[in-house]
Amino acid sequence: MALIKNGRETIDPFIRIRPGEPLPDDGALLVPLCVWQNHWERLVCRRTAIGVQLASHEHPEIIGDDVDQLDLIALEFPSFRDGRAYSHARLIRERYGFAGELRAVGDVLVEQLHYMQRVGFDAFEIVGDDPLADYETASQDFTVWYQATGDGRHPASALRRARSRLRDPS
Amino acid sequence: MYRYDEFDRTLVNERVAQFRRQVERRLAGKMTEDQFKPLRLMNGLYLQLHAYMLRINVPYGCLSTRQLRRLAQIARRYDKGFGHFTTRQNIQFNWISLDEAPDIMAELAEVEMNTMQSSGNCVRNITADHYAGRAQDEIEDPRVWCELLRQHSLLHPEFSYLPRKFKLALTGAPHDRAAVAVHDIGLRMHHDAQDRPGFEVIVGGGQGRTPVIGKTIRPWIEPQHVISYVEAILRIYNLYGRRDNIFKARIKILVNALGIERFTALVEREWEQIRDSGLQVSQAERDRIGACFAPPGYETLDDCSEELAAWSTVEPAFGTWMRSNVAAHKVPGYAIVNLSLKAPGRIPGDLSADKMEWVADLADKFSFGELRVNHRQNLTFVDVRQADLHRLWKLLDPLELATPNIGLASDIIACPGLDYCALANARSIPVARDIGLHFARSDKLQQVGNLTINISGCMNACGHHHVGNIGILGVDKRGREFFQLTLGGSADEHAALGDRLGPGLAQAEVPGAIEHIVDTYLATRQGDETFLQTYRRIGIAPFREAVYGQDNKTRRVA
Repeated sequence: MALIKNGRETIDPFIRIRPGEPLPDDGALLVPLCVWQNHWERLVCRRTAIGVQLASHEHPEIIGDDVDQLDLIALEFPSFRDGRAYSHARLIRERYGFAGELRAVGDVLVEQLHYMQRVGFDAFEIVGDDPLADYETASQDFTVWYQATGDGRHPASALRRARSRLRDPS
Repeated sequence: MYRYDEFDRTLVNERVAQFRRQVERRLAGKMTEDQFKPLRLMNGLYLQLHAYMLRINVPYGCLSTRQLRRLAQIARRYDKGFGHFTTRQNIQFNWISLDEAPDIMAELAEVEMNTMQSSGNCVRNITADHYAGRAQDEIEDPRVWCELLRQHSLLHPEFSYLPRKFKLALTGAPHDRAAVAVHDIGLRMHHDAQDRPGFEVIVGGGQGRTPVIGKTIRPWIEPQHVISYVEAILRIYNLYGRRDNIFKARIKILVNALGIERFTALVEREWEQIRDSGLQVSQAERDRIGACFAPPGYETLDDCSEELAAWSTVEPAFGTWMRSNVAAHKVPGYAIVNLSLKAPGRIPGDLSADKMEWVADLADKFSFGELRVNHRQNLTFVDVRQADLHRLWKLLDPLELATPNIGLASDIIACPGLDYCALANARSIPVARDIGLHFARSDKLQQVGNLTINISGCMNACGHHHVGNIGILGVDKRGREFFQLTLGGSADEHAALGDRLGPGLAQAEVPGAIEHIVDTYLATRQGDETFLQTYRRIGIAPFREAVYGQDNKTRRVA
């Protein structure tokens, strides 16, 4: 498995903590929601980076007020068919204003990367022979989209408006 | 018609290129069927009993003659020379091979058509009143909103992996010809107290194994907020719809589980946060799309009722066709003409490549080069000069496209059934054929008047049996096919689900049972009551007695 972040294959600095596991004294940690909820005071006192992973049934509203204290939010796709994390990602970016790393984990298929990028994911745990090559191909599938999302790309309607202004500046 | 601009064209071409690459990876064994399946489904490609089936969107039913000719070409080159029009205003080809599917999609893209999201757990083809923009009773042409919704839902990054499929239907008229109440979202235009046009939003309707008439979530919304309201509904559904059981995953189950009040509160709360975002539609974009649906160059004409009446006297068959297949147009001197794809003995909704080309020629000559596919699996010419009606009838008749049965008992909706479909339990087509031939041999068709008969080959209800005045459902009992009848269903503005008549019948017994039902109606109707009105007055008992009672020939079988 590879971690691709902002288009580059990266070494994951985060240590994954399972529920009930003791917290190490040092190092960046990625903890499940229940650990965050039980130990958040301890976790925010640390000087190291901290991430929270949400399962697909965990609504991000729960951490909506905490996002400024987090460096990473990981959203899990238990199956590629479970599309809840697409909505979660948009809420985390667009409503709760999270600017850190938003990572897709679990059953992340390269064919879905385009959608994931558009809803705000910037990091992906991908399985495959050549994940970076797959990532690059999938990222280039589309150059046009109809929907405005928080990723800042201009939808077709905005480009149409701009074009008609160019043609008719009045 | 909406015309693609450079952005629409680029997106469709990119999608075709993407799918071509996916097919190559599948054929090279680099992807499992399990991984490939959702990708091909979201491109409209099903694996059926004998071959791949490709479902092509006809957005809200609008089709140009150029597109129809291309469909004919595809039918010949890649299929067995015919296509099948469906209740969702799509066309399906049943004999497709996987390696050729990307080429077909490329050919479709050239004529501004695509197969995107015609299947899969995403927003499907947006359907609409097939008389949109032409009906006398219409408030506003809904197609601008259909097109905006089509674009908004296409490859939507957030809503491409919904719990289950999602269907939207729109009508701009009070009389509902689009069955909006049995869709995941139905939008029905009407005026509010200040006489402003807007949409009633209906949610959670649907057929399948749990049929539900949709509930009103918002009595009226300004059209400019329709996109954001649909987005709010989709988000709540995506977040809270069930994913543990495919049979309980449609939005109707969520609406029923939460209750409409709680569901509405969730949607309204979400909508408040996004209503004034970029989802509002600018007037410039409305105008750009609206211009695509501008009326064609009508001539200033008078209605020619007297001339038509004279023709009908001379040729009564023409009069019969006029009464059932021709509808009033909002522009004087013009008429709406329905082409029946239900000639006796024919497969409902099927059309050969040759006939597609004939129809295209006729639409060029008589209806400004455009036509509509309607949800009752017929075609419609929406702009025919009344003075041309007799000539058009003469030309349609030898093509078997002028069967005078629109809205009548032999205008049967039928799914492809076990002859093609991998999901079906029973054969729908032979039942439709039997009933069609039965009425062709009797003189009762016109006498009975409006009566919808809908047939589904399994409980997925693609043949809309729940909302047929007479519904027929094919079931499998220990390896034998039986047909359960329901009565009193309706898909219009007074939508209702049919009531089960009794135990299933063998295929051979169905036409006889229909005959008994029709005779009971004819014997008890008062004045000019329709079948549905009589049924609602007298209830199911007399019909049950007629079919299953001691004194008739229909055997009780299961």
